[in-house]
Amino acid sequence: MSKARKPLQLSGLEPLIITAQTNFVNVGERTNVTGSRKFLRLIQQNNFDEAVEIARDQVIGGAQIIDVNMDEGMIDGVQAMTHFLNLIAAEPDIAKVPVMIDSSKWEIIEAGLKVVQGKAVVNSISLKEGEANFIHQATTIKKYGAAVIVMAFDEAGQADSLERRIEICARSYAILVEQVHFAPEDIIFDPNIFPVATGMEEHRRNALDFFEATQWIRENLPHASVSGGVSNVSFSFRGNNTVREAMHASFLYHAIQHGMNMGIVNPTLLEVYDEVPKDLMERVEDVLLDRRADATERLLDFAENVISQKKEGKKQDDAWRKEDLKSRITHALIKGIDAFIEADTEEARLIANRPIEVIEGPLMDGMNVVGDLFGEGKMFLPQVVKSARVMKKAVAYLQPFIEAEKNQGAQYAGKILMATVKGDVHDIGKNIVSVVLACNNYEIVDLGVMVPPELIIQRALEEQVDVIGLSGLITPSLDEMVYLAKELDRQNINIPVLIGGATTSKAHTAVKIAPVSKAPVIHVNDASRAVGVVSNLLQEENKAAYTLKIREEYELFKEKFLARTTAKEYLSYEAARQNPFPIAWDDFESVVPQQLGAHTLEDFPLAELVPYIDWTPFFRSWDLHGKYPEILKDAVLGEQATVLFSDAQAMLHSIIAEKWLQAKARFGIFPANAVGDDIEIYKDHQKKEVCARWLTLRQQLKKSKGQPNMALADFIAPKSSGKADYMGAFCVSTGFGTAEKANAFEKANDDYSSIMVKALADRLAEAFAEYLHLKVRTEYWGYAPQESLSTDELIQESYKGIRPAPGYPACPDHLEKRTLWELLQVEETIGVQLTESLAMWPAAAVSGYYFAHPEARYFGLGKIKEDQLEAYSKRRNIPLEEARKWLNPNLVDS
Amino acid sequence: MHYINKMDIVAALEKRILVLDGAMGTMIQNSLLEEADFRGDRFMDHPCALKGNNDLLSITKPELIKNIHLAYLEAGADIIETNTFSSTSIGMADYQMEALAYELNFESAKIGKEAVLIYNEKTPDQPRFVAGSIGPTNKTASMSPDVNDPGYRAIDFDTLVAAYTEQVAGLIDGGADVLLVETIFDTLNAKAALYAIHELKTQQQLDIPIMVSGTITDASGRTLSGQTVEAFKISLSHIPILSIGFNCALGADQLFPYVKRLSEKSDIYVSAHPNAGLPNAFGAYDQSPEEMKALIETYLQNQVVNIIGGCCGTTPEHIRLIAAVAKGMPPRIPQITEYV
Repeated sequence: MSKARKPLQLSGLEPLIITAQTNFVNVGERTNVTGSRKFLRLIQQNNFDEAVEIARDQVIGGAQIIDVNMDEGMIDGVQAMTHFLNLIAAEPDIAKVPVMIDSSKWEIIEAGLKVVQGKAVVNSISLKEGEANFIHQATTIKKYGAAVIVMAFDEAGQADSLERRIEICARSYAILVEQVHFAPEDIIFDPNIFPVATGMEEHRRNALDFFEATQWIRENLPHASVSGGVSNVSFSFRGNNTVREAMHASFLYHAIQHGMNMGIVNPTLLEVYDEVPKDLMERVEDVLLDRRADATERLLDFAENVISQKKEGKKQDDAWRKEDLKSRITHALIKGIDAFIEADTEEARLIANRPIEVIEGPLMDGMNVVGDLFGEGKMFLPQVVKSARVMKKAVAYLQPFIEAEKNQGAQYAGKILMATVKGDVHDIGKNIVSVVLACNNYEIVDLGVMVPPELIIQRALEEQVDVIGLSGLITPSLDEMVYLAKELDRQNINIPVLIGGATTSKAHTAVKIAPVSKAPVIHVNDASRAVGVVSNLLQEENKAAYTLKIREEYELFKEKFLARTTAKEYLSYEAARQNPFPIAWDDFESVVPQQLGAHTLEDFPLAELVPYIDWTPFFRSWDLHGKYPEILKDAVLGEQATVLFSDAQAMLHSIIAEKWLQAKARFGIFPANAVGDDIEIYKDHQKKEVCARWLTLRQQLKKSKGQPNMALADFIAPKSSGKADYMGAFCVSTGFGTAEKANAFEKANDDYSSIMVKALADRLAEAFAEYLHLKVRTEYWGYAPQESLSTDELIQESYKGIRPAPGYPACPDHLEKRTLWELLQVEETIGVQLTESLAMWPAAAVSGYYFAHPEARYFGLGKIKEDQLEAYSKRRNIPLEEARKWLNPNLVDS
Repeated sequence: MHYINKMDIVAALEKRILVLDGAMGTMIQNSLLEEADFRGDRFMDHPCALKGNNDLLSITKPELIKNIHLAYLEAGADIIETNTFSSTSIGMADYQMEALAYELNFESAKIGKEAVLIYNEKTPDQPRFVAGSIGPTNKTASMSPDVNDPGYRAIDFDTLVAAYTEQVAGLIDGGADVLLVETIFDTLNAKAALYAIHELKTQQQLDIPIMVSGTITDASGRTLSGQTVEAFKISLSHIPILSIGFNCALGADQLFPYVKRLSEKSDIYVSAHPNAGLPNAFGAYDQSPEEMKALIETYLQNQVVNIIGGCCGTTPEHIRLIAAVAKGMPPRIPQITEYV
């Protein structure tokens, strides 16, 4: 190493100077939603106070930099990053260390850079999206003043050999230093730590390649640092901490010898190098340094001796069949293997005094292990659902014997009613929570979807349930939940209520639902949390204290939330209208659509939609959070994600080959002009007959200078401009046939496949929307005939024009769907219906508008004020109170 | 277009210690102006009180400002600061004069430039420079004004960048030779100023030098936003700057140890412009020119500065004595003697 090496200088409130003499800088990783389930949960629950404590613990524990990551689909990453960094800035014992702003989303990185006063590290950028993007990001980072981690990743993919690592790092360095003039000492390379001992021949040099790449970087790229996430290396030995700790100790030792000077190491998973037993260390280093052809085999053999209680069983596929009955049942439940469960259950029944004891004994014991592993984050949702499938099979097998005995049935821990509320049809999340609760020995009374409140109350009393679980995805469902809570309270029914579903939130629950009810109302948006909440609610000795604690927590949360909302400033509707999104219409000529009017696609071939599927939300619906395809290789989730993905592919194949589902679309393009915040749709070019009128809503939050208060109407030429303009609307569904298929699976005790078919139908519907939008851009309207984008680019919405959907942030007004249904005659042509809460049925459906102007963009309406609500009720010609009901979630002070 | 040459000031700094001027506010206070003086004819009907809006005097009493500049130049200052400490749309909001931001900066820089040109003719072997003064604004981007809501911010980065962009554009167009981001009590505000300057420099392809100067608020040795001397320096090292230093809040004796630490860790020029002691019970400064001169001699003997001047409470007489003692003293050699 060169003596003249320039130090890497970072700062929080205090400096962190990494010189050639610095041994190793440890980056804290617990404030990362992708790596810490606890932190993720706290952020999702908006429990920032406790999240800040995690940061504090890390700094006290010796982290010299803290990595902050908010990359999770359900979190507003920009907002969460900004708020969290602002909060820790106020804690001198945390803020003393520099921050690592960690995100794969550029806007989150930039948001972070805008709030740190010290010199931070950006984690990370790479050549993945090409040089232009790389240069732009590096140039911007330089302006904010931060060091940067560069991943060994380029247009062709992630570097997985020594040569590729060197090639990409050298190229990245040259661009940064020569073109961007980035300070070389502010460049940190992450040359990819990959797992070893995977059994794959091509992984044998994974550690060695990293060491050698590190050394090459430190010798050939002056002043640059090297970093990495160490725990990846031992991925194959998850569950065997002894081996993992030894592996980390050795890896770190060699990596530091080769010049790695910072990185992420979980201190609880790190042994002192010298304290690792010699024989273990020898075998670990044989693997890391690729010293013997049979190194992996030898370490695996040794590892099995090291670990006694937990069998990894990679090679010994059927070995578990030789174990005792109880272990076999547990194994089958954990692994979700149903091949032997009936035989094993029968064997257990023969030894048991009564068939019910098989459920209460070995089966429940096994499910308890599953529940524990899930609670500890060692199993993931798709696995648990598969476990439930095995459990249900066993119970179904025992049922006739139990009935023959005229037994009362199994002893359950409690009875839970589950329902998707009136007007709403979405039930994937509800079904997942049901399965997880059932796994934990709760009896589930599932009333399905669109359940009227009277029925929920009637059945809750009849069945004497202990808890009522309510689910909903669309915003009107929130009011249904409030109504139900009020009714329960009015009738003096003291049953605790759980609230869940994508549109629900702790804020809404605390502010709107909990206060109207004397019974406990708890927001549960995470399947793994449901079990803990329910068990607390049902334990006699704890119940009162727990309920009180929740009540106090929600009260406090409510006060804070209300205090926070009043801090925002809003413009009057009139002033907001004076500040629209500026478009110079005089210079704009709208492309005349190739085919005006409405069209129908019937029985569209599903196979054509497959390439347009965005898989990332599919994994999210199974509580596996990460971006596709990277998630398949994720250190923690990769294995599960891969299994789930291949199950999905298999079912997708059947869906297409056996025509389980039908895809239909209805869409149209029409002449249009904006009149104020309305958009008039005309029958033809003459513009004499207005055949529909969209009512758009305008942002009223006071913006910083130069930022517009947008409404969708801004993207359509105003009538007064005299310009011809157009817009479109659409509804697609791939849901025809889903409910039948899902019911059949449920009857066969196969919740896994039932949830799977619904999740896939949802994905196909979104893919259909994507596909149709493309066809509209290139053919039906044809304003972008030359467009040619990859699936990734489509998913990232790199194209011109938008397709916002009523009920979503840019236009939260669900009533627009009625206009859309009338204009396009949706129900008459393709049969998609609207419920009373304006959810679409079948559920796997997407509807929206098409805007073509190149400046058109997605935005969130945010909150609006009473003045706009009044104007809206007049425009919509409905009473003020009805307007208030529909727009309630978007009103200031609500 | 006016004449900016970065090399002139670098050449001067290589040869000698440059002297920065003293307080503008103190001199204006001594002029005992009334509301009507601030208003002039142009703002006769302005809806709110304007007394105290010192920066406005560049428009309503330009001769007064020019004379203060001339007094400092006469006293021996090499660099004078424009009367623009609060001339951002943010600072002017208190006076309902946000729209005046660009004009204030433009006019102030113009006045400064006129004064400098007079002395560049008088003393051609001692070139003088106008530094565009860029204050911290009255809001903090990395601290909450509400102790009960630590996550709240009264201002954000983008708003600061927009305000600073307007200010800097006015300063450059009006003829500033150097930009001085000073009295930094929140480093994030300063980063926004540097961001704005960098963007303008790139757009206009200018190479105008930048000076930055932070404020250590008390004996804790930290900025108001909590950073140590070293962290402050590192946080502002991403954009090439001519000099870094400290000013305000402390007198020369209290400030010395921090300037010394900064000097040891910087390979760029170092500046200091302390107050004339600490304020007395009435908020006035009573360190005499002679007392301050004696303290400044310590700076010079220890060779910890390249640029020296005065902040609150200093007058042309203070600067005259400082310039006299700086003359002939060897300038600090910009090099790092230790990192940690």
